[in-house]
Parts: sequence; structure tokens; C-alpha cells
Amino acid sequence: MNCEEAIKLMDGYLDGELDPITSQTIEQHLRDCRNCEQAYDTHRALVRAIGSAVPYYKAPAELRERIQSSLREEIVERPTRNVVRDVRQVFRRNQPELRTSLWGTPWNWLGLAGLGLAAAIIFAAIITLNLVPRLQRPGADQFLATQLIASHVRSLMANHLTDVASSDQHTVKPWLDAKLDFAPPVVDLSSEGFPLVGGRLDYLDNRPVAALIYQRRKHFINLFVWPATSDSAKTTKAITHQGYQLLHWADPDFNYWAVSDVNANDLQTFKHLFEEQVAPH
Amino acid sequence: MALQLKAEHASETEDLESTAKIVKFVVVKKRKGEDHAPREDLLSFEAVMLPHLDAAHNLARWLLRNEQDAQDVVQEAYLRAFKAFAGFHGSNGRAWLLTIVRNTSYTLLKKNRVVDLTTTFDEEIHTAGHESVSPATILEHSENAELIREAMDELPAEFREILALRHQEGLSYKEIADIAQIPPGTVMSRLARARAKLKEYLAARIGKE
Repeated sequence: MNCEEAIKLMDGYLDGELDPITSQTIEQHLRDCRNCEQAYDTHRALVRAIGSAVPYYKAPAELRERIQSSLREEIVERPTRNVVRDVRQVFRRNQPELRTSLWGTPWNWLGLAGLGLAAAIIFAAIITLNLVPRLQRPGADQFLATQLIASHVRSLMANHLTDVASSDQHTVKPWLDAKLDFAPPVVDLSSEGFPLVGGRLDYLDNRPVAALIYQRRKHFINLFVWPATSDSAKTTKAITHQGYQLLHWADPDFNYWAVSDVNANDLQTFKHLFEEQVAPH
Repeated sequence: MALQLKAEHASETEDLESTAKIVKFVVVKKRKGEDHAPREDLLSFEAVMLPHLDAAHNLARWLLRNEQDAQDVVQEAYLRAFKAFAGFHGSNGRAWLLTIVRNTSYTLLKKNRVVDLTTTFDEEIHTAGHESVSPATILEHSENAELIREAMDELPAEFREILALRHQEGLSYKEIADIAQIPPGTVMSRLARARAKLKEYLAARIGKE
């Protein structure tokens, strides 16, 4: 290592941020080179002295109170506030004339132009999105299947499988009843090898739905339930999509969609067991 | 025309995009639905973040060089941090908070058209006439906090922040790189330049006395 390299790495060495090998090389160089050693000692002394003499601005007590009360306002007002407005309010307090004019002129015009552009994009999007589904109408089931699988995968991925984790149907059912505008049937099938894991709220087909989670060995089954409408398909339908099994059935009250990576037979078994338990005895 | 179209096909609209957005929205709403959750969120936020209030204030104060601005920025940064808190999963609350404080400070610096964001600076004024000041003399003055404060306030923002983060918060190069949003390899050279500049300015002030 030459002197130039040593000087370049000196701050890293001083801060103990070099890898061990480079560190050793510098140490060796400082032992060998009187000039560099002196330069290093002076630099270190100065950096340490300056570093410890730089004034530290502790937060005044009233700032803590101000922050705590603004956070409390925040949780009360949360739904309507937004960050941009907050920044402006806070930042405007000083030098109002100067800053108002800074906020006022170029940004507002930019903002207007941006709004115009955004409106145009939304307009275009509305037209496109309304036309496209019509053209793809035969794929409605396919589309729902994609949604169902996405929901199933997301529930496993985001560590958000259940909102209410319980194997007790008498815990899961009231919880769902309270959150939804319908009362989905919840049954426990653990004696048949499909233990209930819990329940979750989800959103599918443009409405809130109940998701019941059952387990089959190491696999999970998401059973999505929502009220049947007059035009709901009453037939049973099995779809395989992206390696997932989907099984749809309906009774007079509800639509069911079971989604899982278990095999198709298991899912059929699950459906029969579920229907048996739900059917009035 | 657009409205007509929309009304006509409203019942058939099952576009993936808008549904995906609604799903996200519902998740948020669900969290709110749990009555006492915001309060619990707030308490855990405060437990994690309020201990770093001094660090936040110190950084903002050095960046903005003005007490009132510093307090406004820190308050704003805490609000932003609280809103983003659900996305914080790391263990380094201080570095996370300081990143937000730094960004908020720069937003204000830029709005106020402060031009010292980079190192292009009137070097002639500051570098002239201190060659005669020896390191020993600088060292003698190095406990003069007022002198050091003045010299440091003259530095560009990126130097002020890196000196505060390293010398006052004792942060590692890696943490500094994260907060200042620069490659880890840049930290050492920027810190070296900051220290050299600070020495220079200090020497210039001592030379004038």
C-alpha cells in the first residue's frame, strides 16, 4: 500500500469500518511510514476533539408535548386528513408571505395541469375498463377464479390467514355474523379430517364475503361464502387453474367457492361433508 | 357519453384493477374497525419512536440551522412516521425515523430554495489565508463549541448531516448510507471530505481572529 491509498482509507480506518485485511494493511503501512503515521495521529485527534465538541441539540420538552398531542389529533381525525395538507400547514407557519408565494405560483399551475392529465387518464380508463369486460364476457368465471386464487394465495402469503383463529364453530360464526350483512354457515369437520382453522373477511365479486379456513393435513382450504342471488349459477363447477383446485356449488341461500392446493378428490370430499353438515337434519 | 357507457355496463363491470384496489381499501378499513386499535397503534408507535426524539431534533436542527423549522419538521416527520408505521418491521427504529426526518428536512430546504444542497460552494472565500494555521492550533481551539458550531453551519447540508450522524449518533457507515440514501461506498469519502472541509473552515475562522 502506498501513502496515497493509505490517506484515502484513513477515515474508514479511523472509524473502524474497514474489513480486517485492509485494516491490517493500513496498520502495517502506518508502522512503516513515519509521515502517514503522523498525519493519522493528527487527523484522529482533531476528528475526535471536533466530534465531541459539536453541540448536540436536545429536543425541548414542549416539542415532545406538541408531537404527542398532534398524534392524538391524528387518530381522531385520521380518515379525512392527508399528508400534503399537513406539510403545508406546518411549513407555512414561518415567514408566511415568502412561503405562501412559493407554494402559490408555479406549483398550483403544475397541480392544475396534473389534475387535467389525471382526469384524462381516468376518463380513458373508465371507457376501456367498461368495454373490455364486455368483450371478454365468456371469461367471467375465469376472472372470478383468478380473484379467488389471488385471495387464497394472499391469505397464505401475508400472514393474514384468519381474522378470528378458532377451531370452534361457535366462536367463528358469531364473529362473522357481526361483521357481515349475512350469517354464513360454519361447521366443524375435524372428525372427518378437515379441521376448522378460523374465519376471515374478504372482498370478492364486488362484495364483502366470508372466508372459512379449513385444514387438510398440511394444506389449507379457503371456503368463500356469500349470499346467492337470483341469477347465481346453481350448478356445481370444478376448475383447475394455475395448479389450484376450485370447486363451486350453491344452495338456495349461499354461493360457495372452495379454493385449495389439495387434490380434486379431497376437495370433492370436503364439499360433500360440508353440504351434509349444513343441510337441515 | 362516458357516463352513459358506464351506466349501461355497470352491472357487468368486473375489472381486475378496480377490484384489486377495493380489496386493499377493505383491508385498511378492517383495521380501523377494531375500535381501540388506533390507540394501541399510537402507544406502540410512541414506545418505539419517542426515545429517538433527541436524535430527530438534533439532525433536523443541523440540517435547517433554525430552531423553529427544526421543530416543525420533527413534528411533521413524526406524523409521517406514524402513518407509515404499519410498514415498519425492522429493528432499527432510530435509523428509520431519521430517514423520514432527513427527507422532511430536505423537502423544506428545497421549498425554501436553499442552495447549499451540494458541495459547489464559494471555496475561495473559505479556503484563503489559513495555510499558516497548524493542526496544533486547530486542536487548541477544538473545544470551543461556538467556533465549531459556526464552522459546521457553513458546511453544505450533506456534510452537516453526515457529521451529525457519525459523530453525534455514532451510526455505522451502513446505517448512514441507508439514511442519506447513498451507496455504502460513498459514505467514507463523503465523511472524509466533510471532515477536511470542517478543518478548513475552522482554520479560516481561527486565522481571522
